[in-house]
Amino acid sequence: MRSDPVVQVRSLVKRYGDKTAVDGLDLVAEAGVTAVLGPNGAGKTTTIEICEGYRKPDSGSVSVLGLDPVREGAALRPRIGVMLQSGGVYSGARADEMLRHVAKLHAHPLDVDALIERLGLGSCGRTTYRRLSGGQQQRLALAMAVVGRPELVFLDEPTAGLDPQARRATWELVRDLRVDGVSTILTTHYMDEAEQLADDVAIIDTGRVIARGTPEELCRGGAENTLRFTGRPALDVASLLKALPADSAAVELTPGAYRVSGKVDPQLLATVTSWCAQHGVMPDRISVERHTLEDVFLELTGKELR
Amino acid sequence: MSVRTSPGAYAPKPGAAPLPRMIAAQAVLETKMLLRNGEQLLLTVVIPALLLVLFGSVDIVDTGEGKAVDFLAPGVLALAVMSTAFTGQAIATGFERRYGVLKRLAVSPLPRWGLMTAKTLSVLVTEVLQIVLLTVIAFSMGWSPHGNPLAVLLLLVLGTAAFSGLGLLMAGTLKAEATLAAANLVFLLLLVGGGVVVSLDKFPDAAQSVLGLLPIAALSDGLRDVLQHGAGVPWVDLGILAGWAVLGLGAAARFFRWE
Repeated sequence: MRSDPVVQVRSLVKRYGDKTAVDGLDLVAEAGVTAVLGPNGAGKTTTIEICEGYRKPDSGSVSVLGLDPVREGAALRPRIGVMLQSGGVYSGARADEMLRHVAKLHAHPLDVDALIERLGLGSCGRTTYRRLSGGQQQRLALAMAVVGRPELVFLDEPTAGLDPQARRATWELVRDLRVDGVSTILTTHYMDEAEQLADDVAIIDTGRVIARGTPEELCRGGAENTLRFTGRPALDVASLLKALPADSAAVELTPGAYRVSGKVDPQLLATVTSWCAQHGVMPDRISVERHTLEDVFLELTGKELR
Repeated sequence: MSVRTSPGAYAPKPGAAPLPRMIAAQAVLETKMLLRNGEQLLLTVVIPALLLVLFGSVDIVDTGEGKAVDFLAPGVLALAVMSTAFTGQAIATGFERRYGVLKRLAVSPLPRWGLMTAKTLSVLVTEVLQIVLLTVIAFSMGWSPHGNPLAVLLLLVLGTAAFSGLGLLMAGTLKAEATLAAANLVFLLLLVGGGVVVSLDKFPDAAQSVLGLLPIAALSDGLRDVLQHGAGVPWVDLGILAGWAVLGLGAAARFFRWE
């Protein structure tokens, strides 16, 4: 079901004073779900907000649903749904009141009552926005993004701070939107969210896309698998490395937690365990793992996501 | 929480609602928010009504010759306009900006000018409610207004424009907390020094000529000229209000920040 890209960003640059927030970023998002991953300050929100028409690029070009978000904003806005990272609601408004209001701004809105039930907002009752829980506020913002039956939804960290149940409800909604032909661009800190939802992932760091592909492609990207084990702290990693094939690597991630990467095959496993036996180490919780997005991210950026 | 929706329920069907419907919905919501806010009601309804009743029935301020209510009613009407168009609007808009309401609405199908139109409508609706209430109170106190209703309407409209411009300028440039403090302070200062319940004649000559240029002084003086003294169209006061309106709205359009 691939057609024209929903978002096309070319050589985007955005500076705030002498700080460069986005530094020559290229991003093509096809129909479906695209996750933008990156550490804090990587330029995710700036990029998304330029796509939403909030600010003009310093250079480069942005096209959303074939439109220029600033010059053709009036034509674009009815076709997109936006969930901001926080806020966006009158502090004295009730959840259903605000959602009904946003619905009234659209020509063919969703059934508001069904959406309220779907996202568990019915329990908010007559409570005003400022007294809703963080999770309720998040779900209301999500509902406001989809109620106008948009073609494309921008979700800026949609599940940050949600409990697991609310998180799953959000994921299910994004999946249903996808099935019904609504595309989603979401930023997230959570690797599992990207792995669960995204057709495509773009990893952003210091204002550039440093890797992109399907979650599977990215995890295979390094082609290397990982062997992990725990033992006593401060083992002689250099000695272990000598026993391993030349293209392997071994590190002590945190005291007592070791990671061996390279071509992980039965031979390598045997080498590690026999080295452990020679050194009187019980390799506790030994495991062979496929690369996770988290590993890919860490390798690429040298940073933890959060 | 995980009620499945039938397939196709979310199929895209985008479109903006017709403009008049969007603006009307926005104006209704803005008015509801205002009427639900206790502090705003205190400012826009309780204080003007209280001043009218208190100073009209107890001889505390010098209201000159004639019935006290004939002097007070025009001033209190001017105060009502200021409390809604300036103080109330500045505070509400300042916090809407702070809490991302303006930011979120900026990506909705409602254009920015539509939002501003709705805000103006909401201010006007509130003013009509205030004026009806204050007029009823004033009549019950024996008020006998004179003059041309059209001149009164013109004064109220230009006064609203002037105060809206200044209120939005404040809301769109200062932090919400600063707006809250400054808007209340200005309200209080203008209440005392703007000829609302204290005649400008009580101030030294030099102060009078400066205070007379304030929008609140022009509005209360103009309303008093017409309603109390039956004057024709108060061109000078209208001119002062028009000047403030151009200045305030122009500066707000230029400097207002949505985030």
